[in-house]
Amino acid sequence: MMDKNFEPRIVAFLCNWCSYAGADLAGVSRIQYPTNVRIIRLPCSGRINPLYIVKALQNGVDGVLVSGCHPGDCHYISGNLVAGRKFALLKNFLVHLGIEPERVQFSWVSASEGPRFAQIVKKVVNEVKEIGPIEKMVKRL
Amino acid sequence: MHKRVLVVGGGIAGIQASLDLAEMGVEVFLLEKGPSIGGRMAQLDKTFPTNDCAMCILSPKLVEAAAHPNIKIIANAELKSLDGEIPNFRAKILKKPRYIDEEKCTGCAICMSKCPVKIPDEYNKGLSKTKCMRIPFPQAVPALPIMDRESCIYHQRGKCRICEKFCEADAIDFDQKEESIDVEVGSVIFASGSEEFDAAIKDEYGYKTFPNVLTSIEFERILSASGPTEGHITRPSDGKEPRRIAFIQCVGSRDMQMGNEYCSSVCCMQAVKDSVIVKEHLPGVEATIFFMDIRAFGKDFDKFVNRAKDDYHTRFIRARISAVEIDPATENLIIQYNSEAGSLIEENFDLVVLSVGLLSTAGIRKMAARFDIEINACGFARTSSFTPMTASRPGIFIAGTFSGPKDIPETVMQASGAASAAASLLTELPIRELREELPQEFDLRGEQIRTGVFVCRCGINIAATVDVPGVVEYASALQGVVHSQEFIFACAQDSQKLIGEKIKELKLNRVIVSACTPRTHELLFQKTLSSSGLNPYLFEFVNIREQCSWVHQKEQEKATEKAKDLVRMAATKAGLLEPLSRMSLKVNKGALIIGGGVAGMVASLELSTQGYEVFLVEKESELGGNLRHVHYTLEGEKTDRFLKSLIAKVKKDDNIQLYIDSEIREIMGYVGNFHTKIGNGKQTTNNKPRELEHGVVIVATGGEEYQPSEYLYGRDERIITQRELEERLTKQQSAIDKLGSIVMIQCVGSRNGQYPYCSRVCCSQAIKNALKLKEINPEVNVYMLYRDIRTYGLKELYYKKAREKGVIFIRYEEGEEPQIEAQNSKSEQQASNGEVLVKAYDPILQRNLVINADLVVLSSAIRARKENKILSQMLKVPLNADGFFLEAHVKLRPVDFATDGIFVCGLAHYPKDVSETICQAKAASARAVTILRKDEIEAEGRVSQIRKERCSGCGLCIEICPYTAIELEEGERVAIVNEALCKGCGACAASCRSAAIDLKGFKDEQILAALSVV
Ligand code: FES
Repeated sequence: MMDKNFEPRIVAFLCNWCSYAGADLAGVSRIQYPTNVRIIRLPCSGRINPLYIVKALQNGVDGVLVSGCHPGDCHYISGNLVAGRKFALLKNFLVHLGIEPERVQFSWVSASEGPRFAQIVKKVVNEVKEIGPIEKMVKRL
Repeated sequence: MHKRVLVVGGGIAGIQASLDLAEMGVEVFLLEKGPSIGGRMAQLDKTFPTNDCAMCILSPKLVEAAAHPNIKIIANAELKSLDGEIPNFRAKILKKPRYIDEEKCTGCAICMSKCPVKIPDEYNKGLSKTKCMRIPFPQAVPALPIMDRESCIYHQRGKCRICEKFCEADAIDFDQKEESIDVEVGSVIFASGSEEFDAAIKDEYGYKTFPNVLTSIEFERILSASGPTEGHITRPSDGKEPRRIAFIQCVGSRDMQMGNEYCSSVCCMQAVKDSVIVKEHLPGVEATIFFMDIRAFGKDFDKFVNRAKDDYHTRFIRARISAVEIDPATENLIIQYNSEAGSLIEENFDLVVLSVGLLSTAGIRKMAARFDIEINACGFARTSSFTPMTASRPGIFIAGTFSGPKDIPETVMQASGAASAAASLLTELPIRELREELPQEFDLRGEQIRTGVFVCRCGINIAATVDVPGVVEYASALQGVVHSQEFIFACAQDSQKLIGEKIKELKLNRVIVSACTPRTHELLFQKTLSSSGLNPYLFEFVNIREQCSWVHQKEQEKATEKAKDLVRMAATKAGLLEPLSRMSLKVNKGALIIGGGVAGMVASLELSTQGYEVFLVEKESELGGNLRHVHYTLEGEKTDRFLKSLIAKVKKDDNIQLYIDSEIREIMGYVGNFHTKIGNGKQTTNNKPRELEHGVVIVATGGEEYQPSEYLYGRDERIITQRELEERLTKQQSAIDKLGSIVMIQCVGSRNGQYPYCSRVCCSQAIKNALKLKEINPEVNVYMLYRDIRTYGLKELYYKKAREKGVIFIRYEEGEEPQIEAQNSKSEQQASNGEVLVKAYDPILQRNLVINADLVVLSSAIRARKENKILSQMLKVPLNADGFFLEAHVKLRPVDFATDGIFVCGLAHYPKDVSETICQAKAASARAVTILRKDEIEAEGRVSQIRKERCSGCGLCIEICPYTAIELEEGERVAIVNEALCKGCGACAASCRSAAIDLKGFKDEQILAALSVV
């Protein structure tokens, strides 16, 4: 059952050149979105080691958003493709572990897509709310 | 003597020109008549259409100008005389006393706090008080106080000297005298600006008599967090929040009575922007703009106007207001206007803002005369369309509003262009190379973590939403943090100084700044670290503005929570940061210029003049681009002749390698070291090398005319585009002679749902052609069906002329586009009754009109080229939603991309006229030279690193690396990274199966540390 007051904690890994710039643009355009997301800036989506995502979940983060440049637009040519391949595998792995795959979402946001970034954040927050707090894998003392 | 240039005027134009020149190796004297550089931009609250905080983006430039070893700022000074000629100008400068010994003063401002005399604050337009001894504004450069002699008690009555008592630096000098400074320079740039129209002259608006009537610039100050009311919007009469605000446009512009017939270009967007900001501050407010035409002709301006209408409910009322009355009981203001239907309406407002124009005053005209600079009929410096930054006196160049009203990006382009033009005159002289002496970096070995956290209020941009003191306090308790504090503006020069002092005093070895976005401000703070002896990579940036306060405006508590979380994550990561070093890279001195239109050719010639090799690639078999279809300008200059001579110059220039009929196949590499493959089109022109090495790229690929699908275009030969009309007007005038009536339809393919942008040039083009038609045959009837006439700036004079000549202007609304019916198509036409019927609704007469037209001319849009997509992917630079190239920053970096070494100019960036294209092309070359002239530049410090002992030599990283920066070390089976080639994307690190690779600056342990405390 969904707890109405549940506010998920979400980490977003954004590439510096497109998605982080898109998130900045959402700010510049004053588009309002939920406060649940903590953004970590990385040079490129290709930098994201799947380990980061697993560790985040282990640390009790309820959802992870990963966003890079649109296919073909990666500032480092092919980083987002490298990332895409890894995430396909990771998704399977998460299912295998019994973790709802919706907790981890991938998207492409370009530097001119402020509204889209806000929209994706809203979507992720809502979907993770729907699933509820993470319990599997979380290390508790 | 080395290269030297004098820049007169320290607004954004003068600052940009100085910075570019300085980076080109030219010594600059930057003269400013006020006590601080910054100009009008420093007084703005936000800038349209992104609503960036003006001071936030300007302040880094102020700091940079102050710190640049090639720039000497001479503020509070005036140019007295200018003798001589290229390259030997002698300038006499008179520096007025500040009554401060600049060498001794530390800028601590204690004098300001102790000074007992209050005077009106000029920076706030007199809406608040400051001290007789004051620092003009917090971010002022130079950050020094100045005394107002007229109000100083000691100077007037011989008693006081309180400031002197408290000044620990012993810097007060009551007897300071004027100082005369002589400089010798090779050329001069005048960026002396314009003045605002004095609204009191138009007494029908009650400015200065009714307390609640303000000018637009006063209102900017009221909106500003650093303004008289600290961003709290209140009206002067009673300090209450206004609920109904009216903006009256064109006050002192487009006004024959006032003698200012031109349009001031910027006021429409300024009012729209203010209406949006006001609504953000006071959600209940209703903003109304009374306007004649909304001139949203710039990049993404129309989208902004639509947003104001749809999301912020700004009311737009098309009416010229003749007077403002007051209701004495409430001090409210009464405005009467005629609705378009003709009925008289009266409305009541709490506050009225007059959008005052920019103008040239008698003082400016006199100054121009003194220095032999010709002015035009409107009082601005005379330039031509083809030499838009060249003054009449040789060796003198113009930038900014001194040559006519313009917006910030146009000003910046003209300034960079003027810098290029000025430098091109001085190619014979040696450059002035000054290396910044950086202090020795501290040795951190064995040191404990000592982190300093600096949290920015950004005026109220952050502080209105995030509890900044709360974040500061929270940060102070975090592990490793030994100091935390807040700033009103972290980017201000005194804040930088303070950070530097704290680093030294408290031996900080990690610095966290929690402010805006690293994308614009990281470099500034990193420089501060370097100049304080700290490695610039021991720095973390926390974004609590774009990604916090601005997107959670209504959730103060949660936003504060988020800010704290982010600071905690940064502090945890910071503890693991290490000092990094940067490699220096050789710079190849060649430039690749893509596109052989005016933009590309002008840029090529400019670079060639400065001694660089240029590869100019044009995909068609002919140079000239879109200008081949333009035969004269609105101002009547012949473009054909200009184009011909431009092409001839390019062709015979030895430094320019021309690749006609060629296209780009591939571009690899990075700033200073690009490799490009060129493919042939249909014909092989020569056997030049097809693989090029170059240091920079300029994108000048142009745009294209939209081929309309509406209004029967292509199905009836009496329906043509403006371009086709222009062709006929030049080549077959006889066909035009006979025509009795011509209808022009504006905005075909522009400003609609799918293409919401304005093509900027079509109004002027239509008016230009209408005037030509009238010139050929004064009897011809020309009707222009338009939505807004956007003849911005001095182009407005021709709109007026067209009306005088009898061109009939009829407005239509979006959604009520004119209808066209072809009686019988010309081909099957038997008699002379074959006409096209144009049906439109006239909102003034309030009835439907039917016009019989012999010819219908469509002002069709300018589109971005479809090939832009491919090129943008090759170069890894972005496009905007309309397909035009997206510059690094719409206001202050209008020709740069976020990626170093790549620049844009001309229609590839956005529709623009020939003079604007030339400005931007020269600006792009100026920016390119700042790189090309260096032998070496520094590479990225955040590169991959391989732990040999873990590497199994599997070679996966070699496969993944897009830059071939990794190879297997000979003999040994381990991978090694070539740091010059590594761009720091981290794909190898994320993929290594043995976890042998890490990315410096974004190491696994650093990111995991941040994650552990989310
Ligand atoms: S830089 Fe955005 S995904 Fe690579």
